[in-house]
Amino acid sequence: MSDRALTRMGAAALADAMRAGDVSAREVTDAHLDVIAAHDGIAAEGDVWHALPTEQLGPDDVHAFLVVTAARARAQADDVDRRRVAGEKLGPLAGVPLALKDVLTMRGVPTTCGSRMLEGWIPPYDATVTRRLLEADVVVLGKTNMDEFAMGSSTENSAYGPTRNPWDLDRVPGGSSGGSAAAVAAGMAPLAIGTDTGGSIRQPAAFTGIVGAKPTYGTVSRYGLVAFASSLDQAGPFARDVTDTALLQALIQGHDPHDATSDALERDDLLASLRAGVDGMRIGVVEELESAGCEPGVRTVFLEAVATLERLGARIERVSLPHVPFGLPAYYLVAPAEASSNLARFDGVRYGMRVDAPSAEAMNAATRATGFGPEVRRRIMIGTHALSSGYVDAYYLQAARIRTLIARDYVAAFEHVDVLISPTAPTVPFRLGERTDDPLAMYRNDVATVPASLAGIPALSVPAGVTPAEEGSGPLPVGLQVMAPLRADARMYRVAYALEQALSLDPDPATHGGARAVRSVRAGGGAS
Amino acid sequence: MTTPWLDGYELVVGLEVHVELTTQTKMWCGCATTFGDEPNTNVCPVCSGQPGALPVPNRQAVHDATLLGLALGGSISPRCRFHRKNYFYPDLAKNYQISQYDVPLVLDGRLEVEVERDGELVTEVVGIERLHMEEDTGKSLHLGATGRLHGADRSAIDYNRSGVPLLEIVSHPDIRDPETAQAYLRELQAIVRTLGVSDARMEEGSMRCDANVSVRRPGAELGTRCEIKNLNSVRSLGRAIRFEALRQVQVLEDGGAIVMETRHWDEEAGVTRTLRRKETVTDYRYFPDPDLVEMTTTPEAVERVRAELPELPAVTRARLAATGVPRAQAATILAGGMLTLLDDAVAAGAAAPAVANWLAGEVTGHVSAGDATLEGTGLTGAHLAELVAMVDEGALSSTMAKQVLAGVFESAGTKGPRAVAAEGGLEQIGDDAALGAVIDEVVAANADTVAAVRGGNEKAIGALVGQVMRATQGRADPKRTNELLQRAIAAADG
Amino acid sequence: MSSGALSEDEVRHVATLARLALDDAEITALTPQLAAILSYAEQVGEVAADDVEPMTHPLGLIDVYRDDVRTPGLSADDVLAAAPDPQVGRFGVPRIVEEGA
Repeated sequence: MSDRALTRMGAAALADAMRAGDVSAREVTDAHLDVIAAHDGIAAEGDVWHALPTEQLGPDDVHAFLVVTAARARAQADDVDRRRVAGEKLGPLAGVPLALKDVLTMRGVPTTCGSRMLEGWIPPYDATVTRRLLEADVVVLGKTNMDEFAMGSSTENSAYGPTRNPWDLDRVPGGSSGGSAAAVAAGMAPLAIGTDTGGSIRQPAAFTGIVGAKPTYGTVSRYGLVAFASSLDQAGPFARDVTDTALLQALIQGHDPHDATSDALERDDLLASLRAGVDGMRIGVVEELESAGCEPGVRTVFLEAVATLERLGARIERVSLPHVPFGLPAYYLVAPAEASSNLARFDGVRYGMRVDAPSAEAMNAATRATGFGPEVRRRIMIGTHALSSGYVDAYYLQAARIRTLIARDYVAAFEHVDVLISPTAPTVPFRLGERTDDPLAMYRNDVATVPASLAGIPALSVPAGVTPAEEGSGPLPVGLQVMAPLRADARMYRVAYALEQALSLDPDPATHGGARAVRSVRAGGGAS
Repeated sequence: MTTPWLDGYELVVGLEVHVELTTQTKMWCGCATTFGDEPNTNVCPVCSGQPGALPVPNRQAVHDATLLGLALGGSISPRCRFHRKNYFYPDLAKNYQISQYDVPLVLDGRLEVEVERDGELVTEVVGIERLHMEEDTGKSLHLGATGRLHGADRSAIDYNRSGVPLLEIVSHPDIRDPETAQAYLRELQAIVRTLGVSDARMEEGSMRCDANVSVRRPGAELGTRCEIKNLNSVRSLGRAIRFEALRQVQVLEDGGAIVMETRHWDEEAGVTRTLRRKETVTDYRYFPDPDLVEMTTTPEAVERVRAELPELPAVTRARLAATGVPRAQAATILAGGMLTLLDDAVAAGAAAPAVANWLAGEVTGHVSAGDATLEGTGLTGAHLAELVAMVDEGALSSTMAKQVLAGVFESAGTKGPRAVAAEGGLEQIGDDAALGAVIDEVVAANADTVAAVRGGNEKAIGALVGQVMRATQGRADPKRTNELLQRAIAAADG
Repeated sequence: MSSGALSEDEVRHVATLARLALDDAEITALTPQLAAILSYAEQVGEVAADDVEPMTHPLGLIDVYRDDVRTPGLSADDVLAAAPDPQVGRFGVPRIVEEGA
């Protein structure tokens, strides 16, 4: 099997091939490492590969990974192969490579959260998600680039330079989990883990033409996920198809006694009803999100996808969620407020950067001013203000009340419809640098993803189509967001699967003919 | 009502007491709470504030806090939660402390304390505003230029104590004199020890106290208060309140105004000093901790905890008073955690007042004198009953009994009083014939003194008793010796 | 809470609370950005929600505890490995000027 084939195969297909003995885990891992070595702008030498310094990154480097644990990944793959030969029963995704967002800890592997603050930090423990992946013999290739401390919608806020979109290397892959999404889209890994606080999985999935899901809050453990906004953060899966995405969520979800906010109820089987179709299902289009700030190209693709669902037998209704327009302002109070407290621990005392000063207080302040980038500082300032005496009720608590109202809107809507849908993002991927000077414009890209985060409901983004090529731009992917009631994650996968099968889009950026699509993919040849 | 020593002013005091719970593990993680271990050995990702780590509350700590709340007559909040108190300090691993804010676990308690006033014990009631749960901080070791580190002044942090369950008990400003404040602290200490929820050792910091002190003209609005910190013993509390009250009166009398501030008690100098002004105090930015969920309880669950309450010190005191134990001794016994010994000794047949006398006297003296702990003495109620019985039987003089008890301590409780007495030959000479022989010798050898006694100087007989005691190495019963001496002198006369 | 008029002094105060050493130029640059974000966020005030409970957990979980049982932690070496200034088995910091809470 050629490298090219291996790196465009899905996780389930790779697992089947390995089980059948057609390919070894080591070959699969090496094929993906080859793509990374060729196209990610990384110093592919030694046991641990480090991303090139920003100034050495080229315009064709995807820069999805910050660190690639090559030797460790190969050893893990060899171990899987050995145990398979020995006849051990292995997990469903054993030997499948995966990219881990650099916000989840992995013992012994550097974790930076895309920040200078944590440069060189080696966590002394595994996140629960990491532990579950390793126990399932998933091969962790490395840690992916992200907006600093997951604050951003473009991965441009990484202290280590932006990730580029494999569909168009001059455009952003979305964020904050842009590295994970780009890795999957570019064939550097069939699976990736991201985290989603206000859309940080769904929006990059939409921007890179793949599937990304934010599970119901409490479904996946947050232990070892370096917190941005604790009441919103959820880790979730990325893959190039819905089945793989569901398989990966099934692997990482489950109750964790180390996370007091983790749901103790049994999770639904995400695969059992995957192929049940949408015939007779009631699907609501969220009126407030259908057109709000949507670019015409996005709207066109979205409406075509809605028409497809209708053809599949779904009953489409327009549903109003009256408090949704307040979601974005509420989010930009709740998330920074929690972040201001969560990020207080980065003070130069226990780990990470220290800027010396004559007193502990001055050392803290100098370290934090130096270690945090502009967007993180901005959000810490907003959040500190939102919690300060005299403001906490009008800002943080009022925003938390709006969460309750939005959650009630969803409950009311789900009495009439089975799922709700909207465009995942109001725009196609924008150009690098296009929005970095206007924080509010950047924030507005989260308008459609934030409400589900605030309500805690599950939501995913599935490719809905591709905008036509235009002057100066190749075709770009558009995502459709499916939202389901609390704990009904299986239902959103079912709808997404039906749409995916009906559209049968090719997730390979190369097949759509963009001039700036990642080179190897456009060439369609071997990776190395 | 004015405070007699405050020159027309009334003293107003409220106390904030922190108690570390002696649970097996910390508030949010499975690390040990042991005091005095090597630095940073009882730590994990949670209590050392590692990125990504999350707190999970200790069920036992919530139970213990509830138990104490009920012992203090408080009501348990049916719903409450934890908040984050945000402030930067190197000993605070996350730079926020998980605490409670608007709704504490316990509201509206009260504590009745006994205070000696003009030689009489008076009962005072101190209201308790709230009891809430929080976590302790790590400890800073300050290393000066002359300390263990080179160069400039530095501090170094040990997170072993970080995350140890901590209760804060806030009284109403109901206290009007230092003695009541001290009695309140002692009573609280006795209660938490009785409940077994904390060892409440002020010297180890497992019980800490801050005092809010103000003065006012009787009937006037509450005066501006100062918070006094660094009160490391019950004695410091009394001294500090007294100093601070006098200082405040002096300021007012000089035409000044009290500034709201935190003051530090300097134990050696015996003064309070400004630590920081309240107006510059940090804005703690309290908000509900999103890592933790709401805690709820039901009246039924509260009653199940209440049913676990042991006899509380006030009840014990009344019971002991009824059996004839003096109140002061009862207080010492309770504060010293010796009630079980007393009850066991009484169950083994001894009279409560006799046992109490030993516990409040010799035993307390022994434990408080040296490094000994009560547990370390190995003393049991059976030992005490045996000791009392030997004295009652006349087998031991009180002097000898003290020696016997010391022997029991020395053996760490492996030998009982009878064994110690037998081995050391310490039993009282109960045999009149044996004692008579010694007395005859003393009478014969001290003709002058005998003559003096006979001549009407009755006090002179004391010297003779002393001679007998010396000759018997203290094993003679002084009373019986006296009787036999008089009889011998009278006989010699005839 | 009209923060449209957020002043540089307020921003400086917030920076102190947040323990960020920002110089005057940074304060000046940040002030209009924060004011813009806050005036946008203040839309939340348009919703009458006084009688609505602030959301605490989306699933409404309550009463989650752990048993009081010891679990293995980290060694002093592990926890100090990342310390910028390990000192006598502890985390060294420059002189602490302020008093604790």
